[in-house]
Amino acid sequence: MSNVASAGGEAVRGTARVAPTAAGEATGTAAGGGPPGPVEAPQDGLAGHYRLLRVALGVIRLGPVLILAGLIVGTSLASPVFLTTGNVGNVLSQTAVIAVLAVGQLLVVLTRGIDLSVGSTLALASVVGAIAFEHGQPGPAVVVVMLATGAAVGFVNGAVYVWGRLPHPFIITLATLSIARGLALRLSGGQPKRGMPGAVRSIGNDSIGWLPHSTFLVAAIAVLVAVVLSRLVWGRWIYATGGNPEAARRTGVPVRPVLVSVYVMCGLLAGVAAIVTSGRLNAGSPTAGELAELDSIAAVIIGGASFLGGRGHVGNALVGAVMIGVIRNGMNLLNVDAFLQPIVIGAVIVLAVEADVLRTWLENRFRVLQAALA
Amino acid sequence: MTAALTVRGATKRFGPVLALDAVDLEVHHGEVLAVLGDNGAGKSTLIKCISGVHRLDAGEIEIDGEPVHIASPAAARAHGIETVYQDLALFDNLEPAANFYAGREDAGPRWLPRPLRVLRRRTMADATVEVLDRLQVSLPDHAASVGLMSGGQRQVIAVARAAAFASKVVILDEPTAALGVRESRRVLDLILRLRAEGHAVIVISHAMDHVTEVADRAVVMRRGRKVGEEIPSPDSQERIVALIVGSSR
Repeated sequence: MSNVASAGGEAVRGTARVAPTAAGEATGTAAGGGPPGPVEAPQDGLAGHYRLLRVALGVIRLGPVLILAGLIVGTSLASPVFLTTGNVGNVLSQTAVIAVLAVGQLLVVLTRGIDLSVGSTLALASVVGAIAFEHGQPGPAVVVVMLATGAAVGFVNGAVYVWGRLPHPFIITLATLSIARGLALRLSGGQPKRGMPGAVRSIGNDSIGWLPHSTFLVAAIAVLVAVVLSRLVWGRWIYATGGNPEAARRTGVPVRPVLVSVYVMCGLLAGVAAIVTSGRLNAGSPTAGELAELDSIAAVIIGGASFLGGRGHVGNALVGAVMIGVIRNGMNLLNVDAFLQPIVIGAVIVLAVEADVLRTWLENRFRVLQAALA
Repeated sequence: MTAALTVRGATKRFGPVLALDAVDLEVHHGEVLAVLGDNGAGKSTLIKCISGVHRLDAGEIEIDGEPVHIASPAAARAHGIETVYQDLALFDNLEPAANFYAGREDAGPRWLPRPLRVLRRRTMADATVEVLDRLQVSLPDHAASVGLMSGGQRQVIAVARAAAFASKVVILDEPTAALGVRESRRVLDLILRLRAEGHAVIVISHAMDHVTEVADRAVVMRRGRKVGEEIPSPDSQERIVALIVGSSR
C-alpha cells in the first residue's frame, strides 16, 4: 500500500512512514528470520547491522525535514521577529516563486532530466503577458497567455530533446535559457512593461489574513501534482521512465511522450511563476527570474529528491524551496553579510548531493545484507 | 498434442552474418526447454526473434498451432509470450506491484485518456501478492522498492512478473548467471513451479547442472544452427558439452 511511487503524496506522511516500517521490519527479521539454533549466532550480528542500516536510511530520507525544522527552531531562537505572522507571510511570499518552479523542476528531475530555462521562461511569459494586457486583453486572457507561453517553451525543450535525439536535455534547455531571455528583452525593449490586470496583481500581492494568495496557489499546485504523481497512470510512467528508461520502453511505457509532457508541465509552471512575479511587480519584466533556474534545481536537490532520477516527490520540492527561503530570510534578519547567502546555499547543495550518494551506498550494503539474511 | 510454441525454419541475417540458419524448435505446455550453446551460437538472437526484439528474415512462429506474426515486444506479449532478459528490466525505484504492472497499469475509468486514469493501486498490490504467494516467493517487504532487494529476490520478481502475464510461454535468459548457490536454488524452484502450472518455459543457460536439474529437453545450438537435442541427465551431460563445443561427430 505504501510504495515509493505513491509516496508522491505529502512529504510528512511519506517520510514519517519510515520509522515504523523500519522497526517492524527489524523485529520481523529477528523473530522470523532463519531457524533457531546454531545459525542464530552469526545471523544475529547481521540482523543488528540490518536494523542499523534501515535506521540510517530512514534518517537520510527524513534528513531535509529535520534540517528545515532545525533551521526554523534555530532562527526563531536567534531572532524574535522570525516567527511573527508578518515575517512568516513574507517568507512564504518570497518562497512562492521558487516553490512553483521547483515543483516543475521536480517532474523533470524525476525523469533524469534538468531544465535550465525556467527563469528565462518566467521572464518571457511575464513580458508576453504585459504585452497582451497592453493590447487590452482582460485578466483571464492575460493569465492564459502567460501559461501558454510557458508551456510553449517547455514543449520546445521537450520536443527538441526527444525528437532531436539529444543525449541529454542540458544543452537544449541551455539554448532556450538564452533564447527566451533574448526574446523577453527584445519584446520589451529591455525595460519593464508597467501594468498587470487586477487578478494577476492580486495573486502576487494580496493575502488572506497573513497568508499570501500565492501560498494558496502553491498549495493547490502541490496537491494537484502530488495526485498526478501518486495516483495517475501518467505519474507512474514518470517514475518508470526515470527509474529505468530502457525497461520502461520495453514494457510499453510511452517514454518519449512522457518526457515531452514533463517539460511542458515544467514550462507551464514557469508560466504560473510568471503570474506571481508579474503580479508582485505590477509589470512584465524581462529581467525577472534571473538565476531562478538554479534556485529551483537547488530546491529539488536540497529537498531530498534524487538527481539520478526516479525518486522524490512534491514534498521534497516544497521543503527545499522553504529551506532556501528560510536561509535567506534568517540571514537577513540576523544581519549576516548578504554575500554569504549564496555560499551557504551552495554548501547545503553539496551536503544534499552527498546525502544522496550516501543513500545509494547504504542501499547497496542493505541489498548485500538481504542476500545474506534471506 | 500441439506445442505451445513452434518455430520452423527460423533464419536471421545481420548483414553478411547468418545468425540463425533454419532453426526448428518446439516447446509444450508444462515443459522446460533449455537452449544451450557457446557465445555467438545464436541463442540470444533466437529468443529475441521470438520475443519480438528482432524480426525473422524467414521462418514461421506458431502459438498453439496458430501462425502468428511477432513484429514487436508488445506483439509478443499480446500473444502470451513474456521474456526475462539478463538485465531483468526492473524499476529499482518502484515496489514489486508497480514493477509487475509497469506499462500495463490497471486503471480507470475507461472514458479518460490512459495517462489520466486513476491507478487501482489496491487491486494491483493484491494481485501481485497473490501471484507471489502462489509461486511461493517470499519477500521481506512487499512495499519496499525493488532496488532494496537482493539479486536473487530481484531475479525472482522478474520471473514472477513474466509468469503473471504470460499465458503461453516464459523465456528466461541466463536466470541464474549472477546468483549464488542459495539464490539460484530459489530461481530453479520457481522454474519448476512455472512448469507445474502449465507454462511452456524456455531457459537459456550456461550452467549445465542447473539445466540437467530443471530442463526436460535441451536443444544445442552452434553457429546459428541447431546441432542436436538431448534429454538432459548426468549421463548425457558429456554428449551435450561435446555438442556445444563441436568436438564430437
